[in-house]
Amino acid sequence: MNKADVIVVGAGHNGLTSAAFLAKAGLKVLVLEKNPWIGGAAVSRSLHKDWIYSNCSYVCSLLRPEIFRELELGKHGLHVVPYGGGVTFTRDGDILGNYVDEEVKRREIMRYSARDGDAYLRYSRDVMRQCRLVRSLLMRTPPDPTSWRWRDLTEMRHIGREFAALGPAVLADTIRFHTMSIADYLNEYFESDVVKANLAGSGIIGTALGVQSPGTAYVLLHHYMGDVDGQMGAWGFARGGMGAVSQALASALTSFGGTIKVDAPVAQIVVRGGRVRGVALDNGDEYSAPVVISGLDPKRTFLGLLASGDLDPAIAKRARDFKIRGSSGKLNIALDGLPTFPALGKNNPLAAGDMHFLDSLERYERAYDDWKRGMWSRDPYLDLLIPSLTDPTMAPPGKHFMSVFVQYVPVKVKGQDWTDADREAFKKTVFQQISRYSPDFESLVLHAEVRTPRELEAEVGLTEGNIFQGELTFDQLLFNRPFPGFAQYRGPVKGMYMCGSGTHPGGGVMAAPGANAAREVLLDLKRGNTVPNGWSDD
Amino acid sequence: MRTPREHFRLVVKYTPFHSRTVAANELNLWHRWRDYSVADAYFDVSLEYTALRNTCAVFDISPMTKHRITGPDALAFMNRLVTRDVAKIKPGRVGYAVWCDEQGQVVDDGTIFHLSPGVYRLCSQERQLDWLHTARLGFDVTVVEETEDVAALSLQGPTSCATLCALGLTGIETLTPFGMRTFAFGEAELLVSRTGFTGDLGYELWIDPAHAEALWDALFEAGNLYGIRPLGTHALDIARIEAGYIQAGVDFLPADHAIRADRTRSPFELDLAWLVDFSKPHFTGRRALLAEQSRGSRYRLVRLDVAGNKPATDAYVYDAKRRVVGTVTSAVWSPMSKASIALASVAMPHGAVGTPLWAEIYYQKELKWNRTNVECTVLAGPSYDPPRRKVTPAPMR
Ligand SMILES: Cc1cc2nc3c(=O)[nH]c(=O)nc-3n(C[C@H](O)[C@H](O)[C@H](O)COP(=O)(O)OP(=O)(O)OC[C@H]3O[C@@H](n4cnc5c(N)ncnc54)[C@H](O)[C@@H]3O)c2cc1C
Repeated sequence: MNKADVIVVGAGHNGLTSAAFLAKAGLKVLVLEKNPWIGGAAVSRSLHKDWIYSNCSYVCSLLRPEIFRELELGKHGLHVVPYGGGVTFTRDGDILGNYVDEEVKRREIMRYSARDGDAYLRYSRDVMRQCRLVRSLLMRTPPDPTSWRWRDLTEMRHIGREFAALGPAVLADTIRFHTMSIADYLNEYFESDVVKANLAGSGIIGTALGVQSPGTAYVLLHHYMGDVDGQMGAWGFARGGMGAVSQALASALTSFGGTIKVDAPVAQIVVRGGRVRGVALDNGDEYSAPVVISGLDPKRTFLGLLASGDLDPAIAKRARDFKIRGSSGKLNIALDGLPTFPALGKNNPLAAGDMHFLDSLERYERAYDDWKRGMWSRDPYLDLLIPSLTDPTMAPPGKHFMSVFVQYVPVKVKGQDWTDADREAFKKTVFQQISRYSPDFESLVLHAEVRTPRELEAEVGLTEGNIFQGELTFDQLLFNRPFPGFAQYRGPVKGMYMCGSGTHPGGGVMAAPGANAAREVLLDLKRGNTVPNGWSDD
Repeated sequence: MRTPREHFRLVVKYTPFHSRTVAANELNLWHRWRDYSVADAYFDVSLEYTALRNTCAVFDISPMTKHRITGPDALAFMNRLVTRDVAKIKPGRVGYAVWCDEQGQVVDDGTIFHLSPGVYRLCSQERQLDWLHTARLGFDVTVVEETEDVAALSLQGPTSCATLCALGLTGIETLTPFGMRTFAFGEAELLVSRTGFTGDLGYELWIDPAHAEALWDALFEAGNLYGIRPLGTHALDIARIEAGYIQAGVDFLPADHAIRADRTRSPFELDLAWLVDFSKPHFTGRRALLAEQSRGSRYRLVRLDVAGNKPATDAYVYDAKRRVVGTVTSAVWSPMSKASIALASVAMPHGAVGTPLWAEIYYQKELKWNRTNVECTVLAGPSYDPPRRKVTPAPMR
C-alpha cells in the first residue's frame, strides 16, 4: 500500500484528472490529500443543514469537454447545467441585462447607447477570434521556445501556423490584446460607461490588477474561452455544486483502480540520488513511488515540497518571484427565501444569472485602489449568483443558496494578518453592497460562510489565496507558466512533475493542466497515451 | 354525424392546451404534428433541455394518435396485433410495443395502456384506424379513435415527482416505472402514468380536454419551486436520442408508408428483439419474423458514440475497408455525455457492439464546408440512462 507507480500530491481537480488518466493507462496511482475531503477549490460542502455550498469555485465553463468525455464524467455523475444571462445594476435603480437572446441583448444595450448595441457584435467577433486561438492551445504542452528539440520545434511551428492563420490585421490585434487593459480594450468598442462596466468584470476576477492595468484584457479572455455544449463564453453550474466535478473525477479514478487518501498532508518530496523516491507526510509516514506529481501551486511545490537542498538557488528565486497575489474573497450564504431585487422586476429570468453592482469603470478602479492600500474594496465588485434557482439540489424548495465572489480583498489588512473582527467588517461591507440593491436580503440570511485570502490559503492551500494558483499575466502564461524552463509539467528533479493551475493553461476548473501533465508522464514512462487531443473549433 | 363541411377553414387544429402553449411560446416557433401545431421551442432550446434533465419540463403530447380497444376479445386482439405478449401487461400497467405487417416489417411503435381489465388504449405516432379495423376481423372488439377526447401532457425530469406531489397527487412517488394510477383533479379524473420519451424520471398526464387548461395552470403553479418549464420538440429530440429511442418516420419507415421494398425494418433490425415473443399466440408477422430469425436479419440498428465534437447528421457509415455499410438516422451532440452520438442503420453483419465503424461527416463553419471521417464506437446501450429513471420510490430531485 505504501508503494505506488505514481503519487499525486493534492486531490484538487487537476490532481484527480492527472491521476485518472494515469490509472487508466494501467499505473498504480495514489492521491494524497491534506484535507478530510477532496476537490481543493472545486468542492461542495454542507455547512448549514440541508444546504450545499460551492465553497470556492461556483460556476463551470472552462472544464474541457474532451476530458469530460474521455473519462465518462457523465456516467460518473457529473451534469453541467447552463444558466441564462447576467445583469449589472446601476446606481440610478436601472439594470443592464445580458439576456440570452441575442436580439433582446442588443435592444437592452441600445437603451444605453444605440451604437453600442451594434458595436457589441464587432466586439464579440473580435473576442471570439482571440478565443479560437487560445482554445487551440489548451490541450497541448507548451513548447520550449529556447530548445532545438524536434518536439519543441514542431510545436513552435504549430503555434506559428495558428498565429499566421489569423491574417496580418488580426495578428496585430492579438499582439496588442495580450498586453492591453480591459478598460482600453472596451474603450475601443463602446461609448456607454454602463456597457463597459457590464463587460469589465471578467477582466479582473481573481486578478490583483485594476481595469486600467495592462494584461487584464487577457483575463477577460480566460473567462470567455470556455463553453457549455459549444455555446462559447457561456457558463453553467455543476449540478450539486462544483464538488460534483471532483467527485466525478474521483469516481473515474477509482474505477480505474486508483486510490485516494485524505487527511494525508505531504510534507516533503523525498529525493535521493538526484531523483524522486516518494513523499513523506507531516506525520512522518513515507510513501514511495518513482513519479511524484504536485497539484499544488508553484510556490508550495518548489519552496515547500522540495527541500531547499534539492533545489538550485536560481530556480528557487524564480519560484519566489512567481506572482501569486491574493485579491479575492467569497461568501456562501443560506437564505430563508428568495431575496427581491426591485430593479429586476417580477419574473425576470436574469435573477438566475450572474449579478453585478459596479456600473462604471471608475468604480472598478476605485475598488482596486482600496486593495492597493491594503483594504478590501469599500464599494466591491461582486459576482453574485443564486445557484438554487437553477440547481434544485443546493437548498430545500423555496430556500436558496447565494454565492458571492468578491473582488478585491487583500492578503493582509493594512500589512497585518486578518483578524476575525476584520473578517466580520468585510462581511458587513459585502452585505451592505447587496442590500443596496436588495432591501430584504439581510433579513433572509440564515448562515454565511465568509472567506478571505486567509481562509482560502489555510484550507485549500492556495498561496496568498490566489484563486488561479498564480496570476494570469502574459509573463506567466504558456511557455512562461509557471516560469521559463518548467512549462512542460516536469519539475527540477527527475521523476517530479506538476499538474496544478500554476501550469499551462492556468487556473479555473478546466482540468487541462492535469490532463496535459498526465500526457507528459506517460510519454516519459513510454506508456500508451490515454489523454485525448483537443477538439478543433474548425 | 358527419363533420361540418366548413371544417377546412381551420387548417391547423388547436390542442386543448393551445391557449397556454401560445402564451408560453416566447419564440413563436411552431411546426406541424398531424392535425396540430406544436412548439419547436418555447424560450431557449438549451435551457429547455436543461430543465428536462435538471428540474422538470412539460411537453404537450395531445396530438399523439390514441385508440381505445374494448370488448370481450380485447386481449386476444391486442395480442394478435403486436409482437409482445400483452397478457403480461396487467391492468394498471403500460407497455411499449411494436406491430408488424405480414412480412414482419414494423408498421409503428407505441404504448399500450391497460386502463382496466380488458380496456386498452393504444398510443402511436401514426394513424392506425384502418389497420386496426382490418385486424379486427373475427374479434369481438370495439375500436374507437380517441385522439381528440384525451388531452395529455408529458412531465419529465428529476423534480417531476416532487412537482406532482406538490400538485396533491399523494403517494405518486410509489408508482413504479410503466405503472399508472388515477387521481381526482377537481371534477375530473386525472390519469398519471410513469412513462415518457426522454429516458429520465417522468410522467404522462391524461385528462378530459375540458380540464386541460386547469391542469396546465395547476401544474405550473405546483412546479414553480421545482423549476418547471415548457419543453419544445427540439429539446425533446436531444433527450430521446440520448435515451436511444427510435422515432417512426425518422429511424424507420412505417411499413404501410413504404413504396420501395427495402426501406422497411423488422423489430430485429431495430434492436427490438426483446419485444418479439414467439411463445405467445399467433400475431401478425410471426411467420416472417421466425423465418428472419433463422435466416438472419438484413440490418441492425446501432447506437454510436462518434469521435470528436461534430454531430454526425445524415452521415454515411463505413466499415474498416471504407465501404458504405449504412447511414445515420438520428444524430445529436449529447450534453449529458459531452459526446456526439447517433442512431444508425447498418447492413449485417456490421455493427456488433464494440466494433469500430466510421462516419463521414459534412459540416459547415462560416459558410465553408468541411468533411471528416471519424471513428464511431458501437455502444451496448443508450448513452444516457440515469438510475432515477427506474428507482421507486421516485427521487424528489
Ligand atoms: C474563491 C474561488 C472562486 C473561484 N471561482 C471559480 C469559478 O467560479 N470557476 C472556475 O472555473 N474557477 C474558479 N476558481 C478557480 C479554480 O477553482 C481553481 O483554479 C482550481 O480549482 C484549482 O484547481 P487545482 O486542482 O489546480 O488546485 P487546487 O484546487 O488548489 O488543489 C490543490 C489541492 O492540494 C491540496 N493540498 C495542498 N497542500 C497539500 C499538501 N501539503 N499535501 C496534500 N495535499 C495538499 C489542497 O487541499 C487541494 O485539495 C475559483 C477559485 C477560488 C479560490
